[in-house]
Amino acid sequence: MNIRSQIAMVFHLDKCIGCHTCSIACKNIWTDRKGAEYMWWNNVETKPGTGYPTKWEDQETYKGGWEKNGDTVSLKGTGKFKGLKNIFHNPYMPVLDDYYEPWTYKYQDLFTAPEGDDQPIARPVSLVTGEPIEIKSGPNWDDDLGGSPDFARKDVNMEKLTPEQEAMFQLERMTFHYLPRICNHCLNPACVASCPSGALYKRGEDGVVLINQERCRAWRMCVTACPYKKSYYNWHTGKSEKCVLCYPRLESGQAPACFHSCVGRIRYLGVLLYDADKIEAVASCKEEELVDRHIDIYVDPFDPAVIEAATANGIAMSTIEAAQKSPVYKFVKLWKLALPLHPEYRTLPNLFYVPALLPGMASVQDGIYNSTTKSLWGGIDTTRLPMKYLASLFSAGNTEKVADVLKKLMAVRMHRRGVTVGDLKADEISQAMKETNLSGNTADEIFRLTSLATFDDRFVIPPAHREESIEMLENTADVKGNTGFGFKETPARGL
Amino acid sequence: MLNQLLFVALPYVALAIFLVGSIYRYLYKGFKVSSLSSQFLEGRQLFFGSQPFHWGLFFLFFGHLIAFLFPSTVIAWNGQTVRLLILECASFAFGISALWGLFALITRRLTNKRVQIVTSKMDVVVYLVLLVQIISGLCVAYFNRWGSNWFAAFLTPYLRSIFVFDPQIDAISTVNSVWLKIHVVSAFSIIAIIPFTRFVHFLVYPVDYLWRSYQQVIWNWDRRSIRTSRAHQVGEKSKNN
Repeated sequence: MNIRSQIAMVFHLDKCIGCHTCSIACKNIWTDRKGAEYMWWNNVETKPGTGYPTKWEDQETYKGGWEKNGDTVSLKGTGKFKGLKNIFHNPYMPVLDDYYEPWTYKYQDLFTAPEGDDQPIARPVSLVTGEPIEIKSGPNWDDDLGGSPDFARKDVNMEKLTPEQEAMFQLERMTFHYLPRICNHCLNPACVASCPSGALYKRGEDGVVLINQERCRAWRMCVTACPYKKSYYNWHTGKSEKCVLCYPRLESGQAPACFHSCVGRIRYLGVLLYDADKIEAVASCKEEELVDRHIDIYVDPFDPAVIEAATANGIAMSTIEAAQKSPVYKFVKLWKLALPLHPEYRTLPNLFYVPALLPGMASVQDGIYNSTTKSLWGGIDTTRLPMKYLASLFSAGNTEKVADVLKKLMAVRMHRRGVTVGDLKADEISQAMKETNLSGNTADEIFRLTSLATFDDRFVIPPAHREESIEMLENTADVKGNTGFGFKETPARGL
Repeated sequence: MLNQLLFVALPYVALAIFLVGSIYRYLYKGFKVSSLSSQFLEGRQLFFGSQPFHWGLFFLFFGHLIAFLFPSTVIAWNGQTVRLLILECASFAFGISALWGLFALITRRLTNKRVQIVTSKMDVVVYLVLLVQIISGLCVAYFNRWGSNWFAAFLTPYLRSIFVFDPQIDAISTVNSVWLKIHVVSAFSIIAIIPFTRFVHFLVYPVDYLWRSYQQVIWNWDRRSIRTSRAHQVGEKSKNN
């Protein structure tokens, strides 16, 4: 047993209102710089939709992630041989137009335009070239199913649906949910493995995946290798950049900016302890076992053997205590309510999603829109998003996994309805609870952490003991005042 | 006098600038030791330029290196006419490939607005010296045939004399090929400007990737040693700082 500690996350999709506050918080802190304007380390997608960058889930095009190769895994589009062979031109790399060309407006024209018959206008200009551009796409271009024939239809996860399931495209049945995405800080990160110059690494202490800007040599392999397309190339500095999980905030005990600012309070963050010896075996297991074995890799922080092994590895007692209080541990391991996004990429992501339990559906009968349902909430079989679609997102196509989670979520709702209103039949509730193996206490706990959780319940951040660690790296007196993010030099390669 | 300047002074100045400049840049300007890739801004045209250009230069570079280090082996290989022809034709093809690629890259820089934004003044210098270098090399190969044979007689002794600090320029200065002289002078000019241009990226070609393990985990500190030590700084600095 080789126990390591990992900061892991849960996003509760039922609670996401798609306000993009997280994206803006991140943008303001990290990517409001030249060359980074197009980057959204945190973005919120509308699903079904093509996402950002366009069709990022299509690994036939982008060749991201790992593929099973006998008893082990190999990188799909990069790696030692493929990477060095393609180093002069990376055939699978997305270009700026796959994201969007960032722009601003010539606001000054509003003030300086000569007097005339027409209102002056502020024309859009590209933030890359500075020339006027015609805006063809932008951040969240397909928000809330905007232009769904173009975007929702082309969702990569739709390809697996039967024509009947695609009936969701009928106007009356159209539905969507939001999918906020940040870097997953994977246990088996493809970006780290693909970096020819070794600039990417996983921090041992908390598992945050970072890019050393001094060592990055612009070979751009990480952009291809990350199947979630969460490594971005800064065209101005010639360096790749990615979500840093606000590690300066984490180290000082604050939640990352996107977590802190989340209006719907959908985000949870905490420590998971895992067994690093199992990574390769789990990453290369059969596709249908992936979710279970991935969740199995996280160990019980209350188990004395685990505590002993963790202490032997130098993990502080304060971190182990944080792991015991971790809301992520409850959602992922205890209650099994949260699933990883696209586990079939085999990177073992540490961001888990509670899939959205969509509301009861309406249907068209004889041309009449019928919104009455017999039960208070429609059964999960009649969710407007086909189960197969959700399974394609969260369980490598295994619909049972998603159905289990949705059943549990439904049982919790029925239980709470019984407690607070009491208009449901008692045997109906106990039947639902029995089917999902939930006790009343657990259901109450799930309800509490889902709906009433305070800031400290949602974010259990282990003390970083930075006051001790910094002295290993720097002579503290020398670097007084050198905090913050930014580049000390200009990116010019010439004189 | 001119010969002394071009074939003795220039090489030493160039090598000195290259050594001092590259080491300095690597140690103190690590952030800039790379080529500013523009594939993100324009990918398709780059393919048709970058691939033939780099692969052409890749083989030509090692071809020159082998001819310089093991001249007798090359001459022995050339013992049969067919082999000589194969070697010369292949080298010429790589030269054409590099030239074609360079033209494609220059066209791309000139026509694509986005790529122009990330073009520096030194990139222009890079393109000019590369044009001179590749065209003069092709002319040498075409007008002064079978260079792989006479390389050993004219160039190897000269180059070796430079590296052993005993410059012998008789052979090179009596050669009546202007193209060869241009080729040598521009080669040393390229060496001289390496630290100041995007050329540096070939110095950091990531060969060590081949033997590195795929995953890298770095611990910034060892908690136990901090707690038990009384020293101000304990152990080695971590690799990421």
